[in-house]
Amino acid sequence: MKEANYVTNMHWQRKPVGGQDENNIQLLEPHNTKGPGPNQLSQDSSVPTDQVYSVVPQAPHAQQLPAKNFPQVPAEQYNYDYQQNLQMIGNFQNVRQTISRPPLSGNPLQKVNSAGVQSASLAGYPGSYSRMPLSSPSSFTPLSVDSVQPRPSMPPQSKWQFGPPQQSHPVSQPLAGMQVNHAVPTEGIGQGNLPSVPISTTYGMACPNPAIGNQYGNVAGRPTTQNYANQGLVHPPVSQPSHQMYQPGRTPLRPPPSGGPPLIRPAQPLLNTNHDAPLAQNISRDTEGFNSGSSGDQSEAPDNYDTLEGGGKIMQPLLQDFKTRGPLGHSYPSLPPGYQNLAAPGNQLPDPAGSQFSQAPHFNQLMAGMGGLNLQQNHQAEGIRPLNLLQDRNILPSTPVKAPHPNLHKDLQKLNCNPDVFRCTLTNIPQTQSLLSKAKLPLGLQLHPFRDLSQLPVVTSSTIVRCRSCRTYINPFVNFLDQRRWKCNLCYRVNDVPEEFMYNPVTRSYGEPHKRPEVQSATIEFIAPSEYMLRPPQPAVYLYIMDVSHNAIESGYLNTICQSLLDNLDTLPGDSRTRIGFITFDSTIHFYNLQEGLSQPQMMVVSDIEDVFIPTPDNLLVNLNESKELIQDLLRNLPQMFINTLETQSALGPALQAAYKLMSPTGGRASVFQTQLPSLGVGALKSREDPNQRSNVKDVQHLSPAIDFYKKLALDCSGQQIAVDLFMLNGQYSDLASLACISKFSAGCIYCYPSYHHKHNLLQVEKFQKDLKRYLTRKIGFEAVMRIRCTKGLAIHTFHGNFFVRSTDLLSLPNINPDAGFAVQMSIEENLVDVQLVSFQAALLYTSSKGERRIRVHTMCLPVVSSLADVYAGADVQSAICLLASMAVDRSISSSLSDARDALVNAVIDSFATYRTAVLSQQQQQQPGVIAPFSLRLFPLYVLALLKQKAFRTGTSTRLDDRVFSMCEVKYQPVSYLILMIHPNLYRIDNLSDEGSININDKTIPQPPILQLSVEKLNRDGAFLMDAGSAFFLWIGKNCCSLFLNQVLGASSYASIPQNMTQLPELETAESERTRAFLSWLRDQRPFYPVLQVIKDETPLKTSFLQNMVEDRTESALSYYEFLLHVQQQVNK
Amino acid sequence: MAFTFAAFCYMLALLLTAALIFFAIWHIIAFDELKTDYKNPIDQCNTLNPLVLPEYLIHAFFCVMFLCASEWLTLGLNMPLLGYHIWSSPQIFLGVLIVSVSRYMTRPVMSVPGLYDPTTIMNADILAYCQKEGWCKLAFYLLSFFYYLYGMIYVLVSS
Repeated sequence: MKEANYVTNMHWQRKPVGGQDENNIQLLEPHNTKGPGPNQLSQDSSVPTDQVYSVVPQAPHAQQLPAKNFPQVPAEQYNYDYQQNLQMIGNFQNVRQTISRPPLSGNPLQKVNSAGVQSASLAGYPGSYSRMPLSSPSSFTPLSVDSVQPRPSMPPQSKWQFGPPQQSHPVSQPLAGMQVNHAVPTEGIGQGNLPSVPISTTYGMACPNPAIGNQYGNVAGRPTTQNYANQGLVHPPVSQPSHQMYQPGRTPLRPPPSGGPPLIRPAQPLLNTNHDAPLAQNISRDTEGFNSGSSGDQSEAPDNYDTLEGGGKIMQPLLQDFKTRGPLGHSYPSLPPGYQNLAAPGNQLPDPAGSQFSQAPHFNQLMAGMGGLNLQQNHQAEGIRPLNLLQDRNILPSTPVKAPHPNLHKDLQKLNCNPDVFRCTLTNIPQTQSLLSKAKLPLGLQLHPFRDLSQLPVVTSSTIVRCRSCRTYINPFVNFLDQRRWKCNLCYRVNDVPEEFMYNPVTRSYGEPHKRPEVQSATIEFIAPSEYMLRPPQPAVYLYIMDVSHNAIESGYLNTICQSLLDNLDTLPGDSRTRIGFITFDSTIHFYNLQEGLSQPQMMVVSDIEDVFIPTPDNLLVNLNESKELIQDLLRNLPQMFINTLETQSALGPALQAAYKLMSPTGGRASVFQTQLPSLGVGALKSREDPNQRSNVKDVQHLSPAIDFYKKLALDCSGQQIAVDLFMLNGQYSDLASLACISKFSAGCIYCYPSYHHKHNLLQVEKFQKDLKRYLTRKIGFEAVMRIRCTKGLAIHTFHGNFFVRSTDLLSLPNINPDAGFAVQMSIEENLVDVQLVSFQAALLYTSSKGERRIRVHTMCLPVVSSLADVYAGADVQSAICLLASMAVDRSISSSLSDARDALVNAVIDSFATYRTAVLSQQQQQQPGVIAPFSLRLFPLYVLALLKQKAFRTGTSTRLDDRVFSMCEVKYQPVSYLILMIHPNLYRIDNLSDEGSININDKTIPQPPILQLSVEKLNRDGAFLMDAGSAFFLWIGKNCCSLFLNQVLGASSYASIPQNMTQLPELETAESERTRAFLSWLRDQRPFYPVLQVIKDETPLKTSFLQNMVEDRTESALSYYEFLLHVQQQVNK
Repeated sequence: MAFTFAAFCYMLALLLTAALIFFAIWHIIAFDELKTDYKNPIDQCNTLNPLVLPEYLIHAFFCVMFLCASEWLTLGLNMPLLGYHIWSSPQIFLGVLIVSVSRYMTRPVMSVPGLYDPTTIMNADILAYCQKEGWCKLAFYLLSFFYYLYGMIYVLVSS
């Protein structure tokens, strides 16, 4: 405690609320001294900042928001290259050898479309190549119910058979019950006395849409009903004219003369600065030192990305001050009279998913009550209901498991963040650390911050309202004490509502700050003003670094990547400034001069890999639009250029260094395609894998990197805002454990296609193609930082994912992509007494590919509980298992794999043991069996699945690279995808019917029940689809009905099903349409494209299907039942 | 009263311990700054790592001096810390490519001597550990400072 005080005191002295400038300047240095720092010049005043990024629009009309379309400054204006040129010339003279290979198309340009060649060869494949002779039916070992049944070690069968039907029901029943709260049709909106705003059209803009601007203006004609009982107070005459004054989205030209005098509180000085800010903004627009006073009162000059996002600390003295003020700091005050009429229950917008903008009643009331007692009780009863897992066989619900809903009042709940974006392992936060450690469950957040959202409110406002002490963004869970003050829900500081915030652009009314979109939506995006920029937004820069050694050419991946790039060149996210470049490498590094005006691309070879230099810094990263012809030319020729290469070495390290040098002025995204172990120059690696040790039960070694070159380079890249994405297409061991560091710490992503070959492994080819398409066209954010704030008392313990942790709560993310997930372990530092709700806020500040600086803010609110039973009742098993998996990865790297496995098993044992002793009654404790709370009923199953997952399994032969890749995936995949990789869904699809189907866009999508992952569920008469997240397996039983074979697979008989079928034929039959509708519905749920693999009994792929049958016994792993017995034994010990 | 080798050792140790106290304070401040967001972990590790070996060497140096001076009690008091250092330092000396689980906290694979890795330093456990380590060492050095002072006077007076 003493120490903490000391810390904060220091902090307090050094960082007073109003004047952070000095500190910021100090802060700037550490980070930027890292690199050669050419980007520092962009922070200098040499760049005419105002011209470049004057985001604040001047036009008075709401409909024309020039701010939205970022001024398209021609690339010349960002002339960082100037200084660098000089420097590079110097370099150039040091050139020891610059052999130029014959220019690219020195040989007559082959106009043959390389894709044509490729597809021709692919088409010719099935006949020409057959690795596995079709086995005759006699050799086929039937995999049927009969063959599976003997489980020698199995105790009495009777226990283990299907429970009576009513036992399977309770599982899915409560889920349905919970949904009811949220499934009320949207018509409910209009019932209240509030204006029913067509929300989706007004606010709900698809996020990639660049012209998000006009959302405010459309509501013009809406009748605005005043909801306050005492309108007079709210609407002082002064405020009337300001209806015009506060046009949304534009710079407030002038504040109302005196800012609504009746409401001004004693905090005069603050308010004054607040008022002056817009004025100053207006006047001094073209002076250089101008800082518009965002979020009210501070004019801070951010010098560091860190401070840009506004990392604030909760200031202890301040807080104590507030606490001593009495009721304010402790409990939620009762409402001011004016607010109480609001909570007419009919007003709710019950749709939880998207449109959250309807009027909500005010929360003070809701918080105070924590009401909704019915709901609460149902929840608790359900989540805590003891379940004997040994008796209840059918615990797996037949529909996908949904995230539990926090036990909040439903009005609060419907404003809460979408669980796909933000969820917590415990939806009831324990009050104290001792309670948490007693529960033996991990407390943590799962985040998917940049997820593609169909509806995302975007706010353009020159004033982003944030708490003055902790810098929290205003969010739906703050308290409005009155019209002019709001209390932060994270640090409990009382802040003033800035004048501009009083105007509600939705209703075009004044004096309703609690109806602003910021306060109505838990996920919101702000267009950030210039204070949030360290330098002008950089163009999107893409660099492709490709391995062209003999091994790479053999695998034939160049065709695929070049073709994908050619196809998607126009859809790469970016604007007119987008730049692109290429580097290839074998034992030397090849650069490509693509400058506009050249007749053909020029290749430059740098063979000095000890001291890499950039031959012509200007022309290697070129404007995509200006040099499009040359780029296309290069992409068409690249696959042929190295076709006869004999070079087998790979100088990956030097190539990465070159990429770093090339990109450091701007930052951007570097995509590395690597096919073998790097063997030359810095970063060369040695093979560490002993194939004989693969199935070693004892321990797996070499999970940690061999050298720190890649990590250090990644940190340098991170400092220069470069993210490196790694595509591994290796056939042999390539030490992914070391290589992955380059992506892990630069916030890149890692893809792995083991044994990639353009002819021998069509499955991987298709997967690579689909992944590339998604990769190239998905949204991207540059120069991002993410800060996670939480209510005072909670603290961040550890982060999981791909990033560099810059400070206790700040992640540095050179790139953010929509498929990246993060996990955060939390701890409770101060007891949360007197607190009923805690909130978490993740703020992601990034530069969009269009050159806009944006902030995406997610806020989640959860209740605090004081009893162990409640903690268990609110456990979110999927989220917990994903967090545990991330922790287990850390453990297996820092300690050993067996430790990590033990820890996973112990998590189940400990939590169940505590539940048994501390929650259950004496009588219940006497019961034999594995008693689990209902909320954790899937816990042992998931843990068992995790133990059989590639990352953690032992006993089976697993290649080290596969294992490491799987571990990487565990760390950065968002929960919704990861859970499928851990525990796939199994459906029977040969008898799909329309019963229980759902309708989307006039398509009927059947909903077959999810089956347990046990071979006993398979049937030789059926066809089963396994959805494993990134792959679909379609297992066809040997006696599958011919109807299905004919109508869906288009095959006349079982034997005629082709060996390597990866697509269902588009037949006109009802069965086929149904099946395809189901498949595409599954695919639509995720952004990437899972490739379908049709598996017949005798194919070698069968193992990859069967190894996902996690409930079954394998040679080295327990079956689910055995695992439960083990748990029982340990729990009762 | 004579100026013996033992007395010289104590005087030397006194001076060196004063230096070590500064090291420890620097260490504590550095981690405090990390915790309060003032410094970038990369820079902080870059400043801290070069100090690790000198600290260990200084401490080992006067331990050897005490050994030579046959000051067994003093040597005994210093053994735990020396052991702790030696236990943690083989990898520092051997540098790259050695992964050992024997250490109290596996040293990250690094190409430079040192203990702190910017990518893991922000982990709450490690940060707390390092801070605690700093405080413990400070306490130890302070106590030993006064002990050496006493020892020096005692040796000077008694001989």
